[in-house]
Amino acid sequence: MISRKTLTLSLVLIASFAVVAGCKKKPVPQTATAPAATTPAPTAQLTATPETITAGDQVVLSWKTMDADSVSIDGIGSVPSSGVKTVTPTTTTTYHLTARGDGGSTDATATVTVNPAQAAVAVPENNQPMTAEQMFKANVQDIFFDYDSYDVRTGDEAVLSKAAAFLAAHPEIKVLIGGYCDERGSNEYNLALGENRANAAKKLLVQDGVSPNRLRVVSYGKERPFCTESTESCWQQNRRAGFSIDGTTGN
Amino acid sequence: MMQVFRSLRNSALFVASFCVLLVLPAHAQDWVHIGSNIPTDTQRIRLAAADMKPVGNDPQTPVLKATFDTTLFHDLSNAGIFDMVAKSMAPPVTPGSPQEINLAQWSAAPASAAFVAYGALSSTGGRLVVYGWLQDDRNAGSPPILTKQYSGDATDDQARTLAHQFADDIIAALGGGVRGIAETKIYFVSARGGSKQIWEMDYDGENQHQVVRAGILSLSPRISPDSSRLAFASLGREGWSIRMYSFDLGRLVAFPPGTVGGSNLSPAWSSDGNHIAFSSSRSGDPDIWTCDTNGGNLKKLTAFRGPDVSPVWNPRTNAQIAWVSGRTGLPQIYIMDTDGGNVERMTDGGYAISPSWSPNGQFLAFSWNRKYGPGAPGGQDIYVMDIASLRWLQLTHDSGSNDFPSWSPDGRHLVFERSSNGHTSIWTMLADGTQQQQLTQTGKDFMPNWSWK
Repeated sequence: MISRKTLTLSLVLIASFAVVAGCKKKPVPQTATAPAATTPAPTAQLTATPETITAGDQVVLSWKTMDADSVSIDGIGSVPSSGVKTVTPTTTTTYHLTARGDGGSTDATATVTVNPAQAAVAVPENNQPMTAEQMFKANVQDIFFDYDSYDVRTGDEAVLSKAAAFLAAHPEIKVLIGGYCDERGSNEYNLALGENRANAAKKLLVQDGVSPNRLRVVSYGKERPFCTESTESCWQQNRRAGFSIDGTTGN
Repeated sequence: MMQVFRSLRNSALFVASFCVLLVLPAHAQDWVHIGSNIPTDTQRIRLAAADMKPVGNDPQTPVLKATFDTTLFHDLSNAGIFDMVAKSMAPPVTPGSPQEINLAQWSAAPASAAFVAYGALSSTGGRLVVYGWLQDDRNAGSPPILTKQYSGDATDDQARTLAHQFADDIIAALGGGVRGIAETKIYFVSARGGSKQIWEMDYDGENQHQVVRAGILSLSPRISPDSSRLAFASLGREGWSIRMYSFDLGRLVAFPPGTVGGSNLSPAWSSDGNHIAFSSSRSGDPDIWTCDTNGGNLKKLTAFRGPDVSPVWNPRTNAQIAWVSGRTGLPQIYIMDTDGGNVERMTDGGYAISPSWSPNGQFLAFSWNRKYGPGAPGGQDIYVMDIASLRWLQLTHDSGSNDFPSWSPDGRHLVFERSSNGHTSIWTMLADGTQQQQLTQTGKDFMPNWSWK
């Protein structure tokens, strides 16, 4: 209810912005000889990670704009020119960012597909049984971090609880927790930071009842990136604690 | 009219403030020049290096002579203390002995040399022999400052080595007794062979070759003060460990404290070669640890939550360690005593990493992004800081991302990593930021470490 009100409000705000922008633009034809290049149109990028979730999961929105005086995202409101925000959409949602500047306005959108919540252990729709690897991936999901941070985001505690529940049901699985960082900064510092990220994930899994003997931590720092572009959405992909099967007990 | 006057006054103000700007950096750099023993441009010694006079008619002599002459001239130009006489200004006769040199010709314009280095080179029976002299042009009656014979195999590699030796002797004689760096090595990480591994090269970028292949990948090479061992961090199946390579044995040797669980990273030698500092997360959080080189006397020096990494010893006293800590958020440079006490923060913000302590104990060089943050396009640049006063000087500007400075043993030079457009290379420069030179060309070279001798 509240969020709908905020949405309406921001729509009103956007509408009034548009009116103001319209007013400002009127004198433009009189100075039509001025080169247009002096005020470039804003640029805007918006990405959602991941793009498909199960209801209740978190999505990281990250955006970047240039040459914009005001930036807003429908439903969220006015935001800094670039940034990162965690959202928890309950239905499939298209996020719409508007960047306005002297050179005009630019839009960017990102759609998150939300699947209905499922039982704790995902069951494949066809009758093919899931492989252990697929079941692991569906239930023990990587978590992401803010820049230069190793604090587990509030919503990711639930992701780790789900992982712990799956691991409790599959006591034979051992887990490798990899700590990853984005490309900025030094290799050495990022290895230490990656260690802290992986350990932060390990600590919560242990709190949720997983034996520390089943969890192995290796920091990869910025040596094993998932994504190699120099963009915020790519850096966000790389700031993570990643989980993989590290063999099974009895092997 | 009024407008013209105003604009004149404004431009006068502008010029005045520009002059202030021009003057200030010169003053600001004085402490760097004094502390790193680098003369200012006007204080540089005017030195001529004559081509060697070839002796005998061995067909190899001209080739070896060319290598020797080029290497010697480069070494002396690179030293940071000479104003070199261009080869084109040399008198027409090449002297091969004190009897053959006409010092008046060398001291006169256009050479105007205060000192001249010269000699003779011969290759016979597979042996290369060089006689080298250094003479004060303005005291024609006095004996040569340096008279020395150098010999080795008649190979291109040895011609370079002999030139490096002659250069370092000249630099020691004219540079206040501080030996040159022409015979030193630089250790670095290269991914040119597929995975990141430890490589070595001469100080001028010649003779690049892999030292050892270990683990999935290896980082952070640190050569021991006596050049007999190399410590580095290597990623294996069980995570990161500190490994030790022996040049004497030509293989990896045991270093037990470096293989205990958790990430073990960024080793550093004390200048007496007796201790190693490193980062280890064996207690659950990356902290700075020290131990004896043989593995005994293991101690944990830090206990704050957050990354602690990249320690270096004060090489003059071995009583302090500088390192990087993320205890307050973004990484900063700190200093502490080797018992973990007297912690002092050196940097006032931004993103500060990769300290290297100057040989005389006076300066820290490190990499700093003073405007780090989301959306902030700050550059990662090399800075030098005077430890006692905390004043600093930016050495690199608007040229990619710069990291991992490492001091040369003479304290006049720094080697560092520069990354731009996806290519990462090893560069050197003088400690005041001038004479920047690229040493590697593969675009996949990282984390240089300068040998101690």
